[in-house]
Order: sequence, then C-alpha cells, then structure tokens
Amino acid sequence: MATLISAPQVQEDKLIEELGYDDHFHDHHHGDKYQSNFVSTYIFSMDHKMIARQFLITGMFWAIIGGLMSLIFRLQLGFPDESMAWLKPILGQWITINDEGVGQLSQEFYYALVTMHGTIIVFFVLTAGLSGTFSNLLIPLQIGARDMASPFLNMLSYWFFFLAGVVMFASLFLNTGPFSGGWTAYPPLSALPQASLGSGAGMTLWVTSLVFFVVSVLLGGINYITTVLNLRTKGMSMWRLPLTIWAFFVTAVLGLLSFPVLASGFFLMMCDRGLGTSFFLSEIFIGGQALDHVGGSPILYQHLFWFLGHPEVYIIILPAMGIVSEVLSVHARKPIFGYKAMVYSILAIGFLSFIVWAHHMFMSGVNPFISNFFVVFTLIIAVPSAVKVFNWIATLYGGNIRFNAASLFGIGFVSMFISGGLTGIFLGNSAIDIQMHDTYFVVAHFHIVMGVAAFFGMYAGVYHWFPKMFGRFMNETLGKIHFWVTMIGAYAIFWPMHYLGMAGVPRRYYRFDLFDTFRHFTEINKFITIAAVIVFAAQLLMVINFFYSIWKGKKMTTRNPYGATTLEWTTPIDTGHGNWPGKIPAVQRWAYDYGKDGKEFIPQIVPMAEGEKDGGDH
Amino acid sequence: MTAILAILCVLLIGIVVVQIGKVTELAAKIRGEEEVEEGTNRRQSGYLMVFMVAFLIFTVVSALYYRNYMLGYGPHESASEHGGSLDSLFNTTLFFTGIVFIITQIALFYFAWKYRAEKGRASLYMPHDNKLEVIWTIIPAVVMTFLVVGGLDAWNEVMADIPEDAQAVLIPTTEDKSEFLEIEATGYQFAWDIRYPGADGLLGTKNFRMITGTNPLGQDWSDEKNHDDFMTNEIVLPKNRWVRVRITAKDVLHNFYLPHFRVKMDAIPGLPTYFVFKPTKTTEEYREQLSTVAEYQVPDPNDPEKMLWETFGYELACAELCGKGHFSMRRAVRIVEEAEYAAWARGQSPLYDSVRGTDDDPFQEENAATMEAEDVIEAPIDSLTLPIDSLTAPIDSIGMAEPTDTTGSTE
Repeated sequence: MATLISAPQVQEDKLIEELGYDDHFHDHHHGDKYQSNFVSTYIFSMDHKMIARQFLITGMFWAIIGGLMSLIFRLQLGFPDESMAWLKPILGQWITINDEGVGQLSQEFYYALVTMHGTIIVFFVLTAGLSGTFSNLLIPLQIGARDMASPFLNMLSYWFFFLAGVVMFASLFLNTGPFSGGWTAYPPLSALPQASLGSGAGMTLWVTSLVFFVVSVLLGGINYITTVLNLRTKGMSMWRLPLTIWAFFVTAVLGLLSFPVLASGFFLMMCDRGLGTSFFLSEIFIGGQALDHVGGSPILYQHLFWFLGHPEVYIIILPAMGIVSEVLSVHARKPIFGYKAMVYSILAIGFLSFIVWAHHMFMSGVNPFISNFFVVFTLIIAVPSAVKVFNWIATLYGGNIRFNAASLFGIGFVSMFISGGLTGIFLGNSAIDIQMHDTYFVVAHFHIVMGVAAFFGMYAGVYHWFPKMFGRFMNETLGKIHFWVTMIGAYAIFWPMHYLGMAGVPRRYYRFDLFDTFRHFTEINKFITIAAVIVFAAQLLMVINFFYSIWKGKKMTTRNPYGATTLEWTTPIDTGHGNWPGKIPAVQRWAYDYGKDGKEFIPQIVPMAEGEKDGGDH
Repeated sequence: MTAILAILCVLLIGIVVVQIGKVTELAAKIRGEEEVEEGTNRRQSGYLMVFMVAFLIFTVVSALYYRNYMLGYGPHESASEHGGSLDSLFNTTLFFTGIVFIITQIALFYFAWKYRAEKGRASLYMPHDNKLEVIWTIIPAVVMTFLVVGGLDAWNEVMADIPEDAQAVLIPTTEDKSEFLEIEATGYQFAWDIRYPGADGLLGTKNFRMITGTNPLGQDWSDEKNHDDFMTNEIVLPKNRWVRVRITAKDVLHNFYLPHFRVKMDAIPGLPTYFVFKPTKTTEEYREQLSTVAEYQVPDPNDPEKMLWETFGYELACAELCGKGHFSMRRAVRIVEEAEYAAWARGQSPLYDSVRGTDDDPFQEENAATMEAEDVIEAPIDSLTLPIDSLTAPIDSIGMAEPTDTTGSTE
C-alpha cells in the first residue's frame, strides 16, 4: 500500500500553508489544555477523535452482550429439548432444572433476552456505536474543522450514553429480570407490572435508560448539525461534502426530529405506570381484577413509538450507506457514481422516513383507509433506495478495485441491502403484510437490511479508518476471514427465515411444537443456530484483531495510505488536538476526483487547473 | 472445569489465528507487497464470483425444496376467498423483485470481479450519466406504481367491513354477503375465548367490569341478546359463508392469526377490531390437498398411527407478543359443510343457562317463575365450564390467577 512517497506529502503541506485558512488555533491552545492529563485525555475527553473511539469501544462491548443474548435464545429455538443446565452458573434462577436433570430456559427470560437483544443492538450498537463513532470521527476531519462546534456537549453526549448503558446493564441483574415485552415496548404489556415479570422494575430501568439515551442522541445530533453547517473549511461548499458527511448530517436531523417524540411517548408511559393516568390503557381486566383505566389507546403509543421507530431504521442505515459510498469509491479508484443523485436520495429517504411510520401498524387496528397513504409513501422509498443501489454498482463498473477487508464489507453491504431491501417491498404493501406481519419473514427482512447491512457498513468503516484512529492497520488476513465467515454465515442465518415466515411461523415464539402448522422446521432452526454460533465466533475474531492491532498492528508509514482525496488523510499520522498542526486546509474541489485526467487521484486541497470543471457540478 | 477448558480452547484458537495473521503479513513483506496485493485482488474477486454463483443456486434450490411447506404454494392453496388474491400479489411482487435481485446481485459481484485492480490499468472517470440515472429512477417508479395499485386494490377489498344491510345470523345460508355469521374472539393471557351469537345471530353487550370466574367475558345479562350466546373450545365455521370475527382482548395486546386463511388482526383491550373472511375449504378438503405431497405422507410424530395429512387441522395462533405464554395461545379451527355446522351450532348451550334464576340473573324473578312452570333445567353442565384450561400449553405456574371474585355481577 505504501505507493505514496513523501514527495506529494511535502507538496500537500505546502498547499495547506499557501492556500489554507489561518484561524490562529495554535496561538490559543498552548500546551493543549484539553488533553493535559490521563482523565482529560482518555476519560472525560472533549476531543472528537477520542470520543469517537469511546463510542466505538462501548458499542463493541454492547455488541458482544447483545450477540451473546441472541446465541442463548437461538439455542432455545434450535435445540428446545437439549439441557441448558450448563448455563445455570451464568443465568442462575432463569434456568430451571426439572426432575430428569434437564435445564430449561425460563419463558420469561427468553422474552427478556429477545427484548434486550433488540434494544441493545438497535440503540446502543447501531445508533450510538455506528453513528456516534463515525460522525464524531469524520465530521471534523472531513469538513476541515478543528473539533466539534461544542466539544463539551459532545463529551456529555458520550457520558449520557454511558449512563444509559449503566442503567440498562443494571436491569439485567434484577430479581424480576430485565424488561421482556419486546424492544417496541407496546402497552398494556409494558405498562402493567401484572402482565409480565419484566414489566415491573425491569421496565422502569429500561425506560429510564432510554430517556438518557435520547438525551445523548440529541446532544450529539445538535452538535453534528451545527458543526456541518458552520464549521466547514474555506471552499467546502455543501456540494463538495463527502457522502459520509451528508449521511451523518441527515441522520442527525432525523434523530433530532424523531427522538423527542419517543421521549414524549416514554413520559406518557411513565405517567400511566406511576401516576394512574390512562393515555395508553383502557378497559383492562388482568390479575383477577378490572383496572380503573378507561379512555386511553394502546395504538397512540404505537404511533409515538414508530414516529421515532421508522426514522430510527434510517438513522441506522444512512451512516452505513455514507461509509460504504466513501469506501467503495476510494477502493474502486473511481468517483462515486451520481454524487448528486446520491445526495438527493439521502434527502428523499430522510424526508419520507417521517411519513411511513404506520406501515409497522397495518395489522394493529388502525383504520384500514389510513393505511393506503402509508403504503404509497412506503413503496416510494424503494425508488431512492434503488437509485442508491444502482449507483453503487455503477461505481464498481470500470473501476480498479482493491480488495481489502473494508471494500469487501462494502460490497457485502450492497448485497445485503439488495436482499433485505427487496423483501421490504413485500412488507410495505399492506395486503401482503396481512399474512407476513409478525412472522419470521419480517425477522429475516429487517435483520438483513438494517442489522447485517448496518454492521457491514460499520465494519467497512472500522477497517477503513482504523489507521486514522490508531495509526496502525488492522490485520488484513484476519479481516478477510472475518468478512467471509460473516458474509456466508449471515445469509445462512437469515435467508432460511424467509421460508419460515412464508410458512406462517410467527416471530417471538419460545418454541414451535405446540402448533402443527409451525413445527416442521426443526432442521432449519438447528441450522440457523449453528450458523449463528459460527458467525458470533467470527465477530470475536474481529474484536481480537481490533485490540491486537491497536498496539501491535502494522504501523502507518504514510499519512494517506489509500490514496484518498478527502481531508482526513491530510492530517498527521498521529493526529493531535486541533487535527492540523498549522493552518486548516482550504478545499478546492469535490471529494471524488479519482482517475480524472489520467491522475490516480487528486486531493481536495489541490486547486483546479485552468479550465477544469469540478466533478460535482452537474 | 469444562468452563475453564472451554475458555482455554477459545484463547488458544484466538492465539493461533493471530499467529496466522502475523505470518501472512510477514510473508507479504518478504514477497513484496505489490505482488501480494495483486494476488489478493485476483483471489478475493474470484471468491466473490464463486460466492455469487453458490448463493444464487442456494436461494433457488432451497426455496424449491421447502415450497410444499410454504402457505400459498404446493398443497397450501389459501383456505379463504380473499387469500388467493394476497397470494397472487405475493407472487407478482416475487416475480419483479426476483428479477431485480438476480440482476443486481450478478452485476454487483461480476463488476467486482471484472474490475479488480491490476497493475497499469487506470479506472474509468465516470462521475455520472444523467440518462442512465433517469432510466433507473423511472423503472422502479413504474414497477412500484403497478404494485401499489394492485396492493391497495386487494387491501381495501379485504379490509372492507360487512355491508350495513347484511343480516347477522347464526347459520347463514347464502354465499354472498347478505347474510353473515359474527363470532367474537377475546384474547387473554394465554388463551382465546370464542363466543358465538346464538340463535338471534347477535352478540350481546359486555362490560369488562362484569368479568367474573363464571362470566369470563363480562357479558351483561340484562341484555337479552346475551341469553343465547354460547362459548366454545374450538372455532367451527361453515364452508362458503361470510364470517365477521369481532376481535377483542381482556388484558394486553394479542393478535388473531389464522395462517391458512391469511387472516391477522390485533386484539386490543378497549378497542374492538374485526376481520371479515370466507372459508372456502373444509378441513377434510384441505387434508386431501395435503395428501398429494410427499412432505405430508409421513407418520405424525405425535400420533404415529396416522399420516401427517390425516391429523392436519386449521389453527388459531397469537401473533402479537403478549407475555411469557405468547407461543401457546392455540385454538383448533374446523371448517365443515353447512349442515354439519348447523347441527353443531344447535347443539351448543348458552352460558346464560348457568346464570338463569341465580342471584346474578337480572331476570331472576321472571325466570324462576317460568322455570317452575316448565320444570326443565337441563343445561348440559359440561359445556358451561369455561375453556380456560383446555390447552396443554406448558405455561409455568406463575401465570395470572383466574378471576375468582363474583362481585361485579349486575346493578
């Protein structure tokens, strides 16, 4: 990879010095007051790069927890009659051993695992771990800013996330178990402690944790938006932003507009639980008595939840899309195809994501007439999504593609996004959803399109920007093993679930053999479970590779190892606080000049030749 | 001990793998990075092609392998009138998305392979192509329009309620919507109560505050429509008659799900919903359908004397997470010819029979008089007991206590 010698680097430094913008940053920051001791450097850091690393490592911690949970409930589904007594040392009271010595997973805890798996992966890993990591790392570096607009809010954002994690983690050890009513927490199940063990203290901690999480997202989001709008360097017009930044920007806007609605839903829920109000509850007879609640509507909660919940899936997938656009372009040595179309489709997806929420509720008892609108808007989203897919494929066309772990995960992302996106066309059509709603078809759909695909985007980003984060490379061989096991394994896990769904098997079942209709698939379920164990092992390999490479990985010798055009690769290998040692570089062109005019790549800081047209202007 | 061994094994495997990684890195250094990189590109892009071919074959072959289990395929033709239109909509969508799936996956992996990096080759500078982009924006838009129109057409027809002038009867005799049977399904943790309207064809009013151990739905006995309503352990419906299911819940959300009929609707406490459908195949007819394929010509593991197709029965399931017993809310569903249904329905006894003349009966005095006069109290006691515990579901004992108080009877 060391194709670049230091000559261009010297030239770049000259360009930055000549054309860059002098903000007198280093005159004001003698001795780097932000990073003066261990605590301010590694713990309560206000440096965006450190906060990004904190988000990433915390996200990895939660990904392991969430993944382990899925393994336990997959064991239950794949091998329902095998003894789980060996898990008793870890799970304690949640494994009951019957007279024959067979350990059984408690039903209550099975549902708690399913719920926690969803909550953790959706919020802690794919929201905080993905958008938190890369927005923080890349926004200042790629737009040419010293740091975030408010480093302090940025630090708070991480620590609120941390606090949310502490509360959620604590709930795992409650005597009554963590919340077990599904990650969507529909009332009345979630509102009434009588309805389920987990709906007592478990739900109280769950909802508290997520309110902290909402605060974290809002603090982060407002910072990302402000930074992108106000701190772009000289010459960095919106149309010259790399697609990563567009994706993070729109993601932050979505989060800012939708998370408060979730918080309002949670507050009403807390009132129903604690203050005797009836926002979501009506005419309930439970535990041998009729409750006083009348006049509320459980569907109201679903509206509030999915008003966040649907944008949330784009909050998860847009950053992955941005990362993949960048990674594919850099490693294909080609400009991203149809840059403006990519931006417009991000904007279109972002806008549409706010008017499709009720497609999660076709069978919830909302007026069927209303569903008509949501069907139309939902299927319109297929158009910008299709455009993005075609553009990624066209980006590969005619390229000179380097295959490393990052670009492989980028290609894998596109494959997953196609497979999972297409099944969305079935589910978004309310008539088909009558049969498919809440079956394994849905499980297959969203795991492929927003679970696996988002993870692939995240991995592409981690492998690609690892050198920027730690000054070293991750091991490529291990990275490729990780990719191949995950690619094959993820399809092995989720593809057969389509068939279960098409056979009518509902999701969130503890076992299937009580129904003649659903019990034909013991082999598929075993197969899926074994594949899940293998895939999880491959993720551990990635974690080993990650930590090993932080200290022992191959060192970065040039500061632009991939020959990329964007600004983050003009910073020193050991990027200090303030990102650039001297002036801030000025931007002269769009971010995707690869293979233009016979040059392999032209960094954004290189001025336009006379008569040259900017690639983004079309 | 085994745990420690397992941890050691994992650690050892980890170390081995890391060593492999290191070795390859060193080898790369010795052989020259550029050469290695080109070899890597060749190999990895080749693997991608192999993967693509294997993946596409796997998807098609596995789908064919399981087709006879999937509803809407093979022997699983829909057992309701509207189901067929949903199945064909599924297939239309599958056709279009299948084409897109195959083309895009092939293009993605083929281009990746074809344009792998080679020394001395430059990439193509192609930032955009407006014509191409317009084309591939319009094509999905047109296909989507087609699917939306077809989908909404089916949706509005399936979700339409029974016309207002239709007659609710216990035993409908026509195939059109002029007469229909309205039954009620009430979900609770963790079973379903099924109520039939009785001879008047009408379901009586109920009030959740009136629920007691002997009046599980809270039927208001002062409403005479309730007096002939009866409750059953299984859903029995006549073939080719319109049925409107009123769907309610007592405690938390449930979902009334009849997989073979393509029926699904949430059950919500305080907010009744409905689903209108027409069964078109008796249980016997469905069994015959199943008997034609090998998958169902094997002994039933629960009843080895019989074949799978012989023991087949329609089922009602819950499709909305409702707590720890969610997976066990089964009710058997039986579709029979009209005559058999009529005989069955006439043989059921109303729950009111157990209330008649007791303190819970608002018409106690009148009824006591009539009963003395007629001197007949022949309510078959069996059918009065509630279908609460009839399931074999292994719900453990922390379940909700069944209501035992008898206070909230009538005013």
